[in-house]
Amino acid sequence: MNSTLHDVWVYLAASPLAGLTVTLVAYQIGLWLHERCGRTPLVNPVLIAVLVLIALLTASGIEYRTYFEGAQFVHFLLGPATVALAVPLYNQINQVRRSLGALAVALLTGSVTAAGSAVALGWLLGASEKTLLSLAPKSVTSPIAMGVSEQLGGLPSLTAVFVMLSGIVGAALGTWTLNLVRVKDWRARGLGMGVAAHGIGTARALQVNEVAGAFSGLAMGLNGLATAVLLPLLWRLFS
Amino acid sequence: MLGSLTILLLCQLAGELITLALKLPVPGPVIGMLLLFIGLAVRGGVPRGLHDTAGGLLRHLSLLFVPAGTGVVVHLGLLGNEALPIAVSLIGSTVLAIAVTAWIMAALLRRTGGEDRA
Repeated sequence: MNSTLHDVWVYLAASPLAGLTVTLVAYQIGLWLHERCGRTPLVNPVLIAVLVLIALLTASGIEYRTYFEGAQFVHFLLGPATVALAVPLYNQINQVRRSLGALAVALLTGSVTAAGSAVALGWLLGASEKTLLSLAPKSVTSPIAMGVSEQLGGLPSLTAVFVMLSGIVGAALGTWTLNLVRVKDWRARGLGMGVAAHGIGTARALQVNEVAGAFSGLAMGLNGLATAVLLPLLWRLFS
Repeated sequence: MLGSLTILLLCQLAGELITLALKLPVPGPVIGMLLLFIGLAVRGGVPRGLHDTAGGLLRHLSLLFVPAGTGVVVHLGLLGNEALPIAVSLIGSTVLAIAVTAWIMAALLRRTGGEDRA
């Protein structure tokens, strides 16, 4: 970067404007590409936006921390948005109440499958122990996953990355997977997305169907709870 | 809109305080979701304004994950070193967990009757 450009950047970096704007522009590019590709879930707007931003940060040499100082205003809204998931959940309360037993069994099995298969596949292909421990809680929402990772002896920041990537994989491949196993019930489809792909999967499920979105949001919360309680216990049992 | 946003933030704040006070392993916003849910159940309905605000926030839920997702950039080196096991583990386990969870849920729901099909 030449010095004038650098001065401009120093000026811009002092306010959240730049980080906030590039985040929205990158997401718009993601949405536009998603539309252009016939709304296929494979071209996921979050994935495109993240790739655009990584390219931008790498090319310009701007540190992630500097970028996040601006982008944190978008990030902050995750809190109230999580609270807002109570609304679709409340709207589907009768559906939830009627399927409570099935929900509990499917949720626990799915939770163990997500963590167990992640560790098993990584171990088979020779991942390091730190990586394996960081992979175990990757299907739950990041604040829970990072706490569990620390308890197990993994790297919380690496876990946060795995959480993001799992969410993107789930949002991109979820529809295809659910069609492959021929599950047509919206409650079951949503539950699968929420258990495996937390908030990013829930965002995708909400776009497709409100019932699926409500069950996905519920699954995200409950799987977070189950993982926080069970995973450290299971780990102590097997190690 | 403003009133609804205040309600959402109050629930989140109460959730954070409860998490701190009881040392719960669950993040504040998840407890906040539970509190709002209880509130709606007690009230017996979703107020119009809250319905719109929640809908607006959730319509763009994907966007809110972009800043944290970009954090991948910090770990590109480590990801490169173990790219194959990490990629197989993440893709394999996510697809498997979606399939297993949904399949079991659908099978159990069929037994208890009452379908809600795509």
